[in-house]
Amino acid sequence: MTKIFETPLYPYARSSDQDAAQPVRHTVVIIGAGPVGLAAAIDLAQQDVPVLVVDDNDKVSFGSRAICFAKRPLEILDRLGCGQPMVDKGVLWNLGKVFFDERQVYGFNLLPEDGHKRPAFINLQQYYFELYLVERVRALQAEGKAIEIRGGNKVVSIDPRADHVGLTIDTADGPYRIEADWLIACDGANSPVRRMMGLDFVGRIFEDNFLIADVKMTADFPTERWFWFDPPFNRNQSALLHKQPDDVWRIDLQLGWNIDKEAEKQPERVIPRLKAMLGEDVEFELEWVSIYTFQCRRMEKFRHGRVLFAGDSAHQVSPFGARGANSGLQDSDNLVWKLKLVIDGKAGDALLDSYDDERIYGADENILNSSRSTDFITPKSDISRIFRNAVLDLSEKFEFARPFVNSGRLSVPCTYDGSPLNGPDASGLPARTRPGSPAADAPLGDGWLLDRLGNRFQLVGINSPVPAQSDVDGILVEGLSLETAADPSGALSARYLGSADAAVYLMRPDQHVAARWTSFDEAAVRKALATALARH
Amino acid sequence: MTKLTTTTNITGADDFYAELLAAHEGLTKADSDALNARLILILANHIGDRAVLTEALAAAAGAGTDRKQPA
Repeated sequence: MTKIFETPLYPYARSSDQDAAQPVRHTVVIIGAGPVGLAAAIDLAQQDVPVLVVDDNDKVSFGSRAICFAKRPLEILDRLGCGQPMVDKGVLWNLGKVFFDERQVYGFNLLPEDGHKRPAFINLQQYYFELYLVERVRALQAEGKAIEIRGGNKVVSIDPRADHVGLTIDTADGPYRIEADWLIACDGANSPVRRMMGLDFVGRIFEDNFLIADVKMTADFPTERWFWFDPPFNRNQSALLHKQPDDVWRIDLQLGWNIDKEAEKQPERVIPRLKAMLGEDVEFELEWVSIYTFQCRRMEKFRHGRVLFAGDSAHQVSPFGARGANSGLQDSDNLVWKLKLVIDGKAGDALLDSYDDERIYGADENILNSSRSTDFITPKSDISRIFRNAVLDLSEKFEFARPFVNSGRLSVPCTYDGSPLNGPDASGLPARTRPGSPAADAPLGDGWLLDRLGNRFQLVGINSPVPAQSDVDGILVEGLSLETAADPSGALSARYLGSADAAVYLMRPDQHVAARWTSFDEAAVRKALATALARH
Repeated sequence: MTKLTTTTNITGADDFYAELLAAHEGLTKADSDALNARLILILANHIGDRAVLTEALAAAAGAGTDRKQPA
């Protein structure tokens, strides 16, 4: 059977650009048709910004790669019109177990909070993720949106200018040139764009190798995340077992630094390792085997004039914590509305600079969490191993030690505390929805709050009516007046009012809170909107 | 503001000291190190107050530095 990731989805086809006498100018060009590039393209196309995606490949990602998608990215995908197929296909999980040496030390339940449309996490192979994004692109094309993917198009040079970016693209028919008003580089951790522009990418290198073996098996393991520290089948190293759709299981085995990577990837080496872990009698077939090393690093700035870096091209973390693709989607979520307003002439350059402020803050948070997880999983000194093992031993008997166990701090959405776009806060309102936070979901009649938010600035009045529509200095602000009485679950009140009787929230197009008050004041909204647009 | 107690706080200091050493008696260096690590974590959790723990870390580091650099 041909696997999804072996089927060309956007095969090379000659474009009229290749026959043009002068390089054709595009509004936005995205390099890389991975999760982040496709999400950015869909976001732009939905808002009627013409977008061209170029990729040197013509298929979805090879192998499962990223498999764990968190709630916030699923909410972003809902806004992009493709959350549902992901959740329908994905594996939901809440339970996990931690093993140390030969024994289980404890189990956990993520205990997701009620009153959210989306679960805390789903597991889904990256190739499905990309497939559903490509299907969304096709649906937008059918609606007549200006969105195009060119496979077999390899960018070989970049010429950043003050008013555009020139690109030379190589194809099976030879090279051609185009120009872009704006360029978004989503070309991965080894970003050729970053290299061609001679930009830095510094951080911490971790001297360790990990073997990923995705196996297909119908074994009777539960849908849980199992993590082993120093198990008998992989002494002094770690191991992970996690379920994906279609009876595919992710197995991740730490191998250490001094290994022969090519030899370790061979089935005759991999299969005995897996049998030692799963049991001699368990039948499985290998779907994908890879050995990876990782670094925790980021670019000094993600914006370089008209070139914007998003996803792994801008920052890289260890896979523990599922903070790679999940943070990349938060990059495009943050960038696209800003770029749209700048392209429309409704905001200035400073708004794009806030992409740096906010997403560098997010990247640093991810790098910090990821580095800490890695230091726990792979202790770098005798004393850190002694404390790590002490935590694990204690965790079996004492609940207090379990929060110290760090097998990956799973991705949570970033709150942009201290962002220059944040407006005023009001006392008494819940901390979780403070300015800079992503809006917390809540049930709303038969639907959900988040399905009513996004893609434009909105005023949300809770027990405090707001104008249905207002033009605030050229920006259309839509009003949404809600009553907590309409939500018997009490979630809306708990998440947005706290001890207050009423509140008014100014929401950004990316569903983040810009400012909030306990009553509606037009002048205050006007001022906060100007701040959220970086107009002063 | 100093919150860490650095004045005498244990009644029967000799008894406690003997109990501490007795806990390590007969252990290998590795087992002793592990016991100490578990003990630190248990005590740290009991204290709980992050400011006190930070002060305690600084106090412990400072006392060691003094010993290494005699006047």
